[in-house]
Amino acid sequence: MAEVVTGKKGAPRVDMTPMVDLGFLLITFFMLTTTFSKPQAMEVNMPDKEEKKDPKEEQMAVKESNAVTIILGRGNYVFWYQGLDNPELNVTDYSEKGIRAALLQKKKEIGKDMFVLIKPMDKSKYKNMVDILDEMAICTIPSYAIVDITKEDITLTEAKGYY
Amino acid sequence: MSKLKVPRKSISTDMTAMCDVAFLLLTFFILTTQFKPDEPVVVDTPSSVSEIKLPESNLVMIHIRKDGAIFFGIDQGVRIATLEKMGKQNNLTFTEKEKSEFYLTSSVGVPMNMLKGLLALPTSQRAKAAQLGVPCDSTKNELKDWLYHARIAYQEQGVIPKIAVKADKLADYSIAKEVIATLQAPPNKINKFNLVTGMENKPTKLD
Repeated sequence: MAEVVTGKKGAPRVDMTPMVDLGFLLITFFMLTTTFSKPQAMEVNMPDKEEKKDPKEEQMAVKESNAVTIILGRGNYVFWYQGLDNPELNVTDYSEKGIRAALLQKKKEIGKDMFVLIKPMDKSKYKNMVDILDEMAICTIPSYAIVDITKEDITLTEAKGYY
Repeated sequence: MSKLKVPRKSISTDMTAMCDVAFLLLTFFILTTQFKPDEPVVVDTPSSVSEIKLPESNLVMIHIRKDGAIFFGIDQGVRIATLEKMGKQNNLTFTEKEKSEFYLTSSVGVPMNMLKGLLALPTSQRAKAAQLGVPCDSTKNELKDWLYHARIAYQEQGVIPKIAVKADKLADYSIAKEVIATLQAPPNKINKFNLVTGMENKPTKLD
């Protein structure tokens, strides 16, 4: 029988380049579509609304001058004041030099007894609340609470012409 | 000057090793990839420096869309049980087909009386259907019921779900306030929950 003699023996060489190209193309696709990071979350603890057996006791715990109230207004305005009686309202924003600087300074002045009351207005955005909670984390303020806005606070901001 | 011309030879590299690596990586990415589940709600979350990661399961997710519509999402394992409980409360009975459709729905954003209509739509149209959100106000608070029944359904399986609120950054605070008030109100009384946020770098320098 006749045999074709090629003269060469061994594995034939296949050009792998297109296959590698395809491989890397698919890798790129899967790398880009894969979701690397799970969503982040911040934890919020709200004060218990139900069990206010002794409201006086709770109020006693905070000295008035140690309380800093932050009001979140519309249009990214933030208002803050210290104390509770006849406060002097300050207007600022969410920037580093705004509310953060104020918070850090107050923290230095008051010390660890500082208590922050966050009062978002109905006209503020959800982002504002998250931003201010974030500032609490950044400035490591130990005690803070989100509370409802009061009429007095609205009047205060109205007097400044920002409501 | 004399130039010596060296005939160019194309270098053929052995691609086999490279190919192996490429396909090894490919296999890895194919196996680990998890496609983002198509969410009916487009929510652009605000960012925070928080580094807590949300678990992927045992989660009750409340979405708040930019326009304030509220969507309620739970894990697949408890969907049917929750739907049955909700049906019982609202005097609605769901067919097996509706239940299996609901099983595949990642979150609901319609009032109870419109749920049957939504489940009757073919899957392709459901994504486009205008969902107004789960009612959550003083006159009619279905979010409260959804939460309550979902938590019972989770508890029947022996897990305590985490509650997460994923709201758009431009959603009005008044909506978020209503949702938080609903969480805190009886019968749910949830005072601890998570807010889903994007990532933000923590400032290193504080004066």
